[in-house]
Amino acid sequence: MSVTADPSTPPSPERWEPPLPRPRGPISDIVLNALSRNPGDLAAVPAPTGDPLSDDDLHLALYVCYELHYRGFAGVDPRWEWNPALLAVRELLEAPFEAALRVTFPTGTHHSGLDVRSGLTRIADRPGPALSRYLRDTATREQFLEVIVLCSAYRLKEADPHSFAIPRLENKAKAALVEIEYDEFGSGRADRIHAVLYQTSMNAAGLDARYGAYLDIIPGIALATVNVMSLFGLHRRLRAAAVGHLAIAEMTSALSNKRQADGLRRLGFDTAATGFFDEHVIADSVHDVIALNDMAGGPAAQNPELVDDILFGASAATGLDNNFAQYILDRWTSGQSSLRSHSAPSIRQMHVPAGQPLAAGGPGRRVAGGNLTKK
Amino acid sequence: MRSDDAPVVITEYRDGPLLVRGNFQLLDADGREIPTTRKTVALCRCGRSSQKPWCDSSHKLGRQSRRTADPSSSTD
Repeated sequence: MSVTADPSTPPSPERWEPPLPRPRGPISDIVLNALSRNPGDLAAVPAPTGDPLSDDDLHLALYVCYELHYRGFAGVDPRWEWNPALLAVRELLEAPFEAALRVTFPTGTHHSGLDVRSGLTRIADRPGPALSRYLRDTATREQFLEVIVLCSAYRLKEADPHSFAIPRLENKAKAALVEIEYDEFGSGRADRIHAVLYQTSMNAAGLDARYGAYLDIIPGIALATVNVMSLFGLHRRLRAAAVGHLAIAEMTSALSNKRQADGLRRLGFDTAATGFFDEHVIADSVHDVIALNDMAGGPAAQNPELVDDILFGASAATGLDNNFAQYILDRWTSGQSSLRSHSAPSIRQMHVPAGQPLAAGGPGRRVAGGNLTKK
Repeated sequence: MRSDDAPVVITEYRDGPLLVRGNFQLLDADGREIPTTRKTVALCRCGRSSQKPWCDSSHKLGRQSRRTADPSSSTD
């Protein structure tokens, strides 16, 4: 006698492996084709030609390269992670991305005499698109679900990219980063891991909470906000930028998440859906001061040469988040979805549990203040 | 080493909340314990939090509006 699984039963979350996405251009086509074979050489990859801060082809290819260091993909040989030919392709994609970040989002260090604390505070106070206020006051149910889907590319591995910096830091900065990460990872409780809280919120909203399930409909401008964290996390030379990235995320998170939780309540969502956002109001009010004063302030005091890269990481994070938020608002203003429509037209057709139907909503017209993508 | 023996440490952060670390217990005005799941907590000291005793970053709202009013702060 044997016990067999009902083939109609979806795989349990523990067994889920994200599928490879569909290619979006010549670069991602070559990378994805290679990954479906045994590790080896790749065809020559053309130089990226699109906007290095948002190009779909570049950022999907880069995301896929990085993802091999996190969860991998179904059917992909895990030895690809350290394949020299693929790492060489990754470098071809990273170089224009990093160069564009440095040119487009200067740190503002021309304000002579700024210490890292005031530099970060100044970046945190930069005005940006008003997405979280729009979500609080105006967004339709469908628009809000779009944002939850878009942000799932990072939220489902929240804090993972920054954890790569732990062995590269010392003393006060290391202790502070681990103090923040311990809380991000649930303080010893798996159900309190922030990525798990996000899955709970996605499930409560009737969305597919499986890691990577929506990758095909997430545009490059959103993937860039994830790729920048992996870029900083996976290169030791950029460890200070990883610190700056996490610091600015923590410093700008609590109020944004409060607005988003209020927006979900306005739309009638219950505490299961708002839980992730409510948690971040209190959690990130703790992380904020640790990140600013101990994590960033610690190494800056001991290694003044790191200050520039701490501010670079913060400035790049803020710039990409602002680009992303403005893109979403612009799409809605022109009556379009902010999701890619190439393969799967709408989350209405993507959501898995037979939850409540999504209310159809017209495009948002009003735009008003606050950062969205900040952690 | 027993962590129970370590003193509770309360740290004042500039322009921010009080952070409490250690084996603390927080009681409300009626002596009932206020539950928390985290090992480090931030206590409001500006009086504006809507979730007292916890800090909810409301102290930043005043700072943001002051900065917005300062044209030199928005030109980075």
